Amino acid sequence: MTEQQTSLLSAEVCAAIDRWIAKYPPERKSSAVMGALRVVQEANDGWLTQALMDAIADYLEMDAISVYEVATFYSMYELKPVGKHKICVCTNVSCMLCGSDDIVAHLRKKLGIGFGEITTDGKFSLKEVECLAACGNAPMMQIGHTYYENLTPEKVDEILASLD
Amino acid sequence: MATIEIDGKSYEAQPGQMLIEIADANGIDIPRFCYHKKLSVAANCRMCLVEVERAPKPLPACATPIMDGMKVYTKSSKALAAQNAVMEFLLINHPLDCPICDQGGECELQDIAMGYGQDVSRYQDGKRVVTDKNLGPLIATEMTRCIHCTRCVRFGEEIAGIKELGATGRGEHTRIGTYVEKTVNSELSGNVVDLCPVGALTNKPFRFSARAWEMQQRVGVSVHDGVGASVYYHTRRNEVMRVIPRENETVNETWLADRDRYSFSALKAEDRLTQPMIKRDGQWQAVDWETALTFAADGLKQAVQKHGAKQVGSLVSPTSTLEELFLLQKLMRGMGSSNIDHRLQQLDFSDQAQAPVFPSLGQSLTDFEHSDAVLVIGSHLRKEQPLLNLRLRKAAMRGAKCAFVNPVAYEFNLPVAQQLVVTPNDWVSQLAGIAKALQTSSSNSVNGLDSLLQNVSVSAEQQAVADALLSGERKTVLVGQLAQSHPQFASLRALAGAIAQLSGACLSYTNAAGNTSGAWLTGCVPHRAVGGQAESAAGKNALEMLSEGLKAYILMGVEPELESCVPAQAERALKQAEFVVNLTAFRSAAMDAYADVLLPIALSAETSGTYVNMAGTWQSVAAAVKAPADVRPAWKVLRVFGNLFDLAGFEYEDSTQIQAELQPQLMSLVADNAGSWKLPSSLDTAASQGLQAITELPIYAVDMVVRRTAALQDTQDALSAKGVHLSAATAASLKITDGQAVQVQQGANTVASTAVFDERVPAACVLLYAAQADSTALDSWFGDVSVKPVD
Ligand code: SF4
Ligand code: FES
Ligand code: FES
Repeated sequence: MTEQQTSLLSAEVCAAIDRWIAKYPPERKSSAVMGALRVVQEANDGWLTQALMDAIADYLEMDAISVYEVATFYSMYELKPVGKHKICVCTNVSCMLCGSDDIVAHLRKKLGIGFGEITTDGKFSLKEVECLAACGNAPMMQIGHTYYENLTPEKVDEILASLD
Repeated sequence: MATIEIDGKSYEAQPGQMLIEIADANGIDIPRFCYHKKLSVAANCRMCLVEVERAPKPLPACATPIMDGMKVYTKSSKALAAQNAVMEFLLINHPLDCPICDQGGECELQDIAMGYGQDVSRYQDGKRVVTDKNLGPLIATEMTRCIHCTRCVRFGEEIAGIKELGATGRGEHTRIGTYVEKTVNSELSGNVVDLCPVGALTNKPFRFSARAWEMQQRVGVSVHDGVGASVYYHTRRNEVMRVIPRENETVNETWLADRDRYSFSALKAEDRLTQPMIKRDGQWQAVDWETALTFAADGLKQAVQKHGAKQVGSLVSPTSTLEELFLLQKLMRGMGSSNIDHRLQQLDFSDQAQAPVFPSLGQSLTDFEHSDAVLVIGSHLRKEQPLLNLRLRKAAMRGAKCAFVNPVAYEFNLPVAQQLVVTPNDWVSQLAGIAKALQTSSSNSVNGLDSLLQNVSVSAEQQAVADALLSGERKTVLVGQLAQSHPQFASLRALAGAIAQLSGACLSYTNAAGNTSGAWLTGCVPHRAVGGQAESAAGKNALEMLSEGLKAYILMGVEPELESCVPAQAERALKQAEFVVNLTAFRSAAMDAYADVLLPIALSAETSGTYVNMAGTWQSVAAAVKAPADVRPAWKVLRVFGNLFDLAGFEYEDSTQIQAELQPQLMSLVADNAGSWKLPSSLDTAASQGLQAITELPIYAVDMVVRRTAALQDTQDALSAKGVHLSAATAASLKITDGQAVQVQQGANTVASTAVFDERVPAACVLLYAAQADSTALDSWFGDVSVKPVD
């Protein structure tokens, strides 16, 4: 009586998951779970729904709870909607010493949102992250796949303005 | 062999063993939380740290393989300091309120904190708080107490075979749970209560009802399936408070099915019969034992006088003790009737003379676990015999090839090589195909099989099943309950026997109850007396007794109107009888209608006696508690009956005397099913006009006790065992929609039910559940039915 949920996954998404599956021995399909979660998250505006995680579980023949475990363990997986641009600000030691608090305060004020929230137009969301290994050029933030370093409030304004 | 030294003493050890195993084997205490001998090693709690010579830091004993010459100190100051520190960390987030915790007094954390911890807490900050989960009717949670040992998670993954609990989040934010709102539905779920070292997962029905030190521990046997799990009853002031597993490697290992664990609550069921009752002029009245017994004996004597002893029949539950079964058949045969049977769920008795002395697993449970190939014929094994299925799962995880021939595409918790889903009418031809495939490739042969299988062709799937059975050393062909209640059981048995012989497999049966073997051994069958001695003239079997209708019946521990495979006929037969004596622990409206005497008898926990499980293992136990009020153990009631009928050989003063008499006679009888079958003269294939009925006796309806266990009736397994299950396609052809009210008709009988779409059911079949309100008015578990919508 199990519902086959895999229909939630588009053909391209399945093809991308299949490429992950191919990297592991056939009886170790579940090893592809992290790749699959990433593929599915990207295809769904940057976040995962429970139905999508269940679909991945079906697709990889895993227990659903095992997928939830992975998705909740890693901070890169989003379980709630995010803005079109997810701003990840590092507040770890090096960044903090170099002024990340000011960056955060500036972002909060400018966008009118706190960590874990989305602007009403859905354009930005804010997230606090730990060290992203760019300490040499702290403070820093990551938006999409791009690192922005040596931040100042002015620089942040420029960056945000440049994003559509 | 390696030699290691622990705390200055030498011990022998096998290379590859973990330190903790050697310590455990030699009675050296090492504290632990996450380690459990039946689970994989997680080594995440660090409580088992010990000092190992030349190792710079203390090492976890559960994850440190031994090495020859290793010197280990479990109580050195370094080891103790490490354990002490781990304990302090574990208690940072754990509430220190044992007096209000259900686990208090039997908590591993509490014990180890006493032994290895400090006496005051230095921690002053806030503790983390975790919300409780609703995991269903069996397990209570208090997740703030969880120490993340992950035993419960590993149990689901490794033993129960479905992972329902998991550890989500990480670090401080780790939570054990189902993540989404969901109940835990495994038929083995209660084991996590035993495994949880703290009070995070506790026994819901037992919750806050007793403290460990108030209770006494008494041995017992669970009777609800063929495994006959060994249990401990925990009793307080003559009341069973809970049931836990009694470790028995050859029977239940350290586990229990939920049915074994929770069904004790029926001891206190509301409809428990506590006083003898007789029906005089249509009125029920409570009477004393003497009146009731005389009334019963007089009624039976009258029936014998008027109609002859052959008009008296007895139906008995195989959950009864060996002693009770023995006395009942002795009484019946003493009265001059061999009409006695425990096989209420069998439709085809044509080959009963060929049956083995007692149909059984034919091997030990441990041997079964080492099978390389298993063919299961007709069993929802996971729900029918949860602990046997657990052994099969172990075999399958080791690589054994498991194939199933089933009427429904059941879900499994183990890797299945093949599942052939066939309608009841096609079972014979399906097995014939497998036999034929074996015949061509096997070096063994079966007399007369050639001509029988002449016109049989072999499908690719049947060939695959055959090939699997021919590979490997140790093989089993297991005949389950669905096959045993099939209308062509004799042919199925013979073909299963032929398949076993051709493939060199052990022919095995599942037993419905904890003492089915005992029922056979004591002669609770119409064609054999004690010890399997053939009777010159066989009496009537259960089906004949219920379909033909007798003048008088003696029932013991059964509700034929629910659990017989001809429920409606059973009820009719009992109602038309002149006199019905019912030895029963409960009272129901149906009994009130058909019985004339109700004699309150003790349940398993309240009776001393012996049980023989499906592997032929004998277990004798004393009563754990005294039966309530006027309730008597059935063996005592039967003893008095013997005297009232002036029969010799009923002078027992103690049930152990009966056991002592039976044991030498019966224990030497070995469980051997090989050759106990006879090929039919032809492969008669049944034809069907309409829909074929498949009826399963669901996991929580197997006997009187289980049916009255409230907590089990609230589980998903019980809740889903209702309605008429059929595939969407079958339903469409009948113009039925999901959830629609329908009428099921079989012959002249109709019942109202609800349609449930269920893609596990093959085309042109419906799956019904026995002993439910919407199925018991049907004449038979199998055969044609029609289903139509009601509007
Ligand atoms: S609930 Fe109990 S068994 Fe499960 S991880 Fe927590 S402490 Fe361990
Ligand atoms: S601390 Fe911010 S990048 Fe390393
Ligand atoms: S018992 Fe060894 S680390 Fe938990």
